[in-house]
Amino acid sequence: MTKSAHSTFVYVIFIRTTPEQLWAALTQPEFTRQYWFGIHQECDWTAGAPWRMVFADGRVADAGEVIEIDPPRRLVLKWRNEFSELKSEGYSRCTIELETVDEAVKLSITHTIDQPESKFIAAVSTGWPRILSNLKSLLETGKVIMETKVTAG
Amino acid sequence: MHEDAVFRALADASRRRLLDRLHAKTGQTLGELCQGLEMTRQAVAKHLSILETANLVSCRRQGREKLHFINPVPINEIAERWIGKFERPRLNALLDLKRTLEGNDHD
Repeated sequence: MTKSAHSTFVYVIFIRTTPEQLWAALTQPEFTRQYWFGIHQECDWTAGAPWRMVFADGRVADAGEVIEIDPPRRLVLKWRNEFSELKSEGYSRCTIELETVDEAVKLSITHTIDQPESKFIAAVSTGWPRILSNLKSLLETGKVIMETKVTAG
Repeated sequence: MHEDAVFRALADASRRRLLDRLHAKTGQTLGELCQGLEMTRQAVAKHLSILETANLVSCRRQGREKLHFINPVPINEIAERWIGKFERPRLNALLDLKRTLEGNDHD
């Protein structure tokens, strides 16, 4: 029974698209900016590569590196907050899995950190549902639901 | 079609209670979820399976244990459908007022 030492959330969404299109939406900055409130990622998407999430104003939100990558099925990121006191919680691990189910793709996001009652996990867990709803809307209809941009300030 | 499954799953007080428990602490085993509930283990397992079908609960294996996690994504999809970005701050203000007056998060 070690789970009390961790904080984890698992979010799942079904999107009517192909794994290839979803993978592109998850990794290409021109897609990411549209559904992630202006945020984009900087990474060359190879194992061991540095990874950064950048606000619309250029400041770094979060950073880490690619632990595992198997397009268009699985991506594991080492992930740390960079712009607030949440940085002190250290690195989390985000596993993104894509699986074809009938005419849709099941996207699972598992985000975990070796900290009980993690404030970082609480913070990212409130953001993901809106990001995922936007992503689904973009892929299924070509439009996002919410276009607001966020900044570190 | 999928929304029907979500609404059906939510239309039961026992299942909402299970979601409340997973909201308070996500990643619980069936045994943990059964504690303190006046329901048989089989009944809880059946409710969890309905919640899982509606994608309101997702499961992960950790060693020999099967952990249940609340998945708020379908509820968010329903909310986004009818709640525009302009209404959100006002609704949050109303919810804050309700919480302050009632002194409770839910129920």
